[in-house]
Amino acid sequence: MPYDPSDPLKDRITDIGPRYYKEFVPPVIEKNYGKWLYHDILEPGVLVHVSETGDEVYTVRVGGCRLMSVEHIREICDIADKHCGGYVRFTTRNNIEFMVDGKDKLKPLVDDLKSRKFPAGSNKFPIGGTGAGVTNIVHTQGWAHCHTPAIDASGVVKAVMDGVYDDFGSMRLPAPVRISLACCLNMCGAVHCSDIAILGIHRKPPMIDSEWIDKLCELPLAIAACPTAAIKPAKTASGLKALEVNADRCMFCGNCYTMCAAMPLADDVGSGVAILVGGKLSNRMSKPKFSKVVIPFIPNEPPRWPTTVEAVKNILDVYAKDAKKYERLGDWAARIGWERFFEKTNLPFSHHLIDDYRFAYTTWRQSTQAKF
Amino acid sequence: MGKHKTPMLDELEKGPWPSFVSDIKQQAEKGKQVLKEAPDDLLGVLELSFEDRVTHWKHGGIVGVFGYGGGIIGRYCDQPQKFPGVAHFHTVRVNQPASKFYTTKFLRSMCDLWESHGSGLTNMHGSTGDLVLLGTTTDHLEPLFFDMTHEMNQDLGGSGSNLRTPACCLGRARCQFACYDTQEACYQMTMEYQDELHRPAFPYKFKFKFDGCPNGCVASIARSDMSVIGLWRDNIRIDQAAVKAYVGGELKPNAGAHASRDWGKFDINKEVINLCPTGCMAWDGSKLDINDKECVKCMHCLNTMPRALRIGVDTGAAVLFGAKAPILEGAQMSTLTVPFMKVEAPFEELKELIEKVWDWWMEEGKNRERLGELIQRKSWQEFLRVIEKDPDPRMVDEPRSNPYIFWKEEEVEGGWTRDINAYREKHPR
Repeated sequence: MPYDPSDPLKDRITDIGPRYYKEFVPPVIEKNYGKWLYHDILEPGVLVHVSETGDEVYTVRVGGCRLMSVEHIREICDIADKHCGGYVRFTTRNNIEFMVDGKDKLKPLVDDLKSRKFPAGSNKFPIGGTGAGVTNIVHTQGWAHCHTPAIDASGVVKAVMDGVYDDFGSMRLPAPVRISLACCLNMCGAVHCSDIAILGIHRKPPMIDSEWIDKLCELPLAIAACPTAAIKPAKTASGLKALEVNADRCMFCGNCYTMCAAMPLADDVGSGVAILVGGKLSNRMSKPKFSKVVIPFIPNEPPRWPTTVEAVKNILDVYAKDAKKYERLGDWAARIGWERFFEKTNLPFSHHLIDDYRFAYTTWRQSTQAKF
Repeated sequence: MGKHKTPMLDELEKGPWPSFVSDIKQQAEKGKQVLKEAPDDLLGVLELSFEDRVTHWKHGGIVGVFGYGGGIIGRYCDQPQKFPGVAHFHTVRVNQPASKFYTTKFLRSMCDLWESHGSGLTNMHGSTGDLVLLGTTTDHLEPLFFDMTHEMNQDLGGSGSNLRTPACCLGRARCQFACYDTQEACYQMTMEYQDELHRPAFPYKFKFKFDGCPNGCVASIARSDMSVIGLWRDNIRIDQAAVKAYVGGELKPNAGAHASRDWGKFDINKEVINLCPTGCMAWDGSKLDINDKECVKCMHCLNTMPRALRIGVDTGAAVLFGAKAPILEGAQMSTLTVPFMKVEAPFEELKELIEKVWDWWMEEGKNRERLGELIQRKSWQEFLRVIEKDPDPRMVDEPRSNPYIFWKEEEVEGGWTRDINAYREKHPR
């Protein structure tokens, strides 16, 4: 029976959760679940995993767009049906993995993937994203679907990935480089521990839609949302209840706008990109690290954000030349010292880059150790 | 030719990386989505944002399906006359299968379902892990949910102040480093807490993520209120012959991860022994020794020589709490709370732990206060009392350097009630 709008609760099914993952794993994975011995990267984007049973699974990793049509998903399914027994996997970083259970099945799969292009010329399934290279950028919605962004997401990602495309398909870097993008400080993309983070920020305090704010918002919630207590009650000339922002105390976090739609702060020149570097998640050698702000602002430059792309490429190239094997970007910067980082990357160091928020003192240098 | 002129977006059809613009255009041309104009109008409104350099989406209203407080996010365009196909463009979060393996049968059904109830556009996947169906109108939500549950045996994910859709790494499905079954843990914890996932009762969002080892491929330490990260307690298993094969150059270090550049011959001292953060390894030219008692399980040697070294056999996980992005008090990573726990079905110990944490957070947490912020506000000591764990030096990088200890009265001999007059008998004013 189809859905009956006159009786919406009839035959209702709820709380059934996701499908059980073992329904969806290919036979070679099911058979060798928990029995894997080791893996090798045969070439960029192509892995083999070897099981203690002697079985092997070959994986081809390709870049995907997070924003994807069902037409494209069907094409992925066609490939998986043709080569992979009807199974496919997506990764945490928006890559797609096609798996085959024999080496002889690898080349036809790779050739097929390489042959597919969009009519305007871009590759549908670029192979790479493994080892000491750049993998796909995890990102947020941006102007395609979000109400709080300072920058676009998909567009910036496309432009940056075009710029670092060779490093997606090769493994020349000292260590993996994870690039992430979040289009505002809410960071639903959690870019705060990335080797290179592209972050949307605002630089103008919220405007107050005074005639409407009391109708649209709970004023106390908007006041309480401000971490620096910069928002206070006010009255309009016509006597309506409204709010007022002490602009000098605004840190442009946008938390008030999240709580109150009558306080928009996005702006064509006020909003733009900040670049953070040196974060990591893994515990390999050093502990996980936060990313640090090294470029406080780059204007929004649609459609291809050339200054942002160049900034990422510059940092990546300097790191690639200077760091030691296995050294993550943040470990390299820590070893050479941040004064050297700014010198080598030719980035200006301005007052914007010195912390003045909650944990500020923990980042100031209490030592005479300095380089000249 | 599309419905709108998109000269700026067309620039994003150039270059080698897959173009989402080309993809949306193919959906606009060939797709059978019930919201016929949606892909074209999405390109239109995006082009307008590229011109204006500001978004054209408004705050979402309260939309959803009966009985659930999460899973669907309302979204409206602020130029509905120009772009009627995306005037109402709500997001549907679909709880992804653990570690995102799919059959094409399932994916094709999802594509068909979405074309019959929405825009034909998706996110594969959202940051938290959900399969995201991007853009539909309110009247499609109930039929979509009905068909998804009845025909696909598939439920929605989380949004708002509830348990967000849990996520895990690839785990034992295809990785030799998985110290526990991340997928099973993720699945069972998701099923156990369906009520928390669908019906917001928390001060703010709460995330679980399950990483199988300290490499942390699902980023749990940075972005989940409870991070479960696989560990072992016993010894790294060594295949000495394979170590020699790495030294001799027969095997490529780090599984060949550096192959596109000539880094010279593998040097086990330079690349492994001397990079060990605790200096607990030694190589005498023929035998690798590891003082496992001093090992902190950083994974470097295992990553570098995966065919020679394996994780131990006494495996489980560390549990850490409190990670979040910067909003509002600043970014936090999770803090090591339970240095080791056996993590096996039915995961009772983990469930007991999380329920204690939730009870406290729901009682004490302020509106929109993440767990990590509450712990900072109330103190780590208070958190330990709540979860009934003893303090452990592994929970801190170093002991406190200030002496401002909040002594409890019961810790001090004789308590705090004293007689000022008795004091004055010995110490006149």
